[in-house]
Amino acid sequence: MQLNEFLILSAVLFCTGIYGVLARRNGVLVLMSIELMLNAVNINLVAFAAFTKNVAGQVFALFIITIAAAEVGVGLAIVLLIFRNLHSPDLDEVDQLKG
Amino acid sequence: MWEQQVAFWILAVAMTAAAFGVVRSRNIVHAALFLVAVLAGAAALYILLAAEFVAWVQVLIYIGAVVVLFLFGIMLTRAPMGGDAHLDNDQRWGAVVVGLFVLGVLIALLVDAFGGKKIHFTNALVSLGRTSHVGQDIFRVFVVPFEVVSMLLLAALVGAVVLARKD
Repeated sequence: MQLNEFLILSAVLFCTGIYGVLARRNGVLVLMSIELMLNAVNINLVAFAAFTKNVAGQVFALFIITIAAAEVGVGLAIVLLIFRNLHSPDLDEVDQLKG
Repeated sequence: MWEQQVAFWILAVAMTAAAFGVVRSRNIVHAALFLVAVLAGAAALYILLAAEFVAWVQVLIYIGAVVVLFLFGIMLTRAPMGGDAHLDNDQRWGAVVVGLFVLGVLIALLVDAFGGKKIHFTNALVSLGRTSHVGQDIFRVFVVPFEVVSMLLLAALVGAVVLARKD
């Protein structure tokens, strides 16, 4: 199989994630879009591991899965704090630093 | 060879459709369920690439833990579960332009750099993804990053508890 098939599928998923991060207002949905982008990177790493026959790519993918789990934990705690303080999960409301 | 090709294209179409569902769905719980479909498709792609350990870690961590965490987040922030139009902000068309631009640049770059390169499915590839092989590599070559990442996970857990605690 062509290496590019995997890489272009991953690019499509990554750009869908970019769209989601920019266009979504709800904090939980923004975090979901970030997960899409992290997954796209993981597909790249595993495809390159198969291409180069080197297991390092798979190990990197495992590390990224771990970091993504940590990121979701902290991110959801932050969204929860925003909700508790502003009574809304919308990230547009977080504009206290605007002059 | 063609079986892998067919499986890949089925997965690719399903994953792309589900990813659009994640970013376009008007119901936040449906978005989380579409995310499950994308994550399961990625796990199937890892199986296709003979990375069985990564695939099962993906199923356990992502579909098992992260999605449950998302559902808790949806419930705790009292998101409108019945379908609501106020999940998007008003910069949707700007986001479409940015996304398409990045996609175009990436595809041009990938075709230029890796056009014609092939993944060869051999016995070496199958033995590469074996759990024993991955485990040996983690605990021999990558043991220091492994310990660092466990400390990071601990710090993130403590940080999440501290942030979410009610004083």
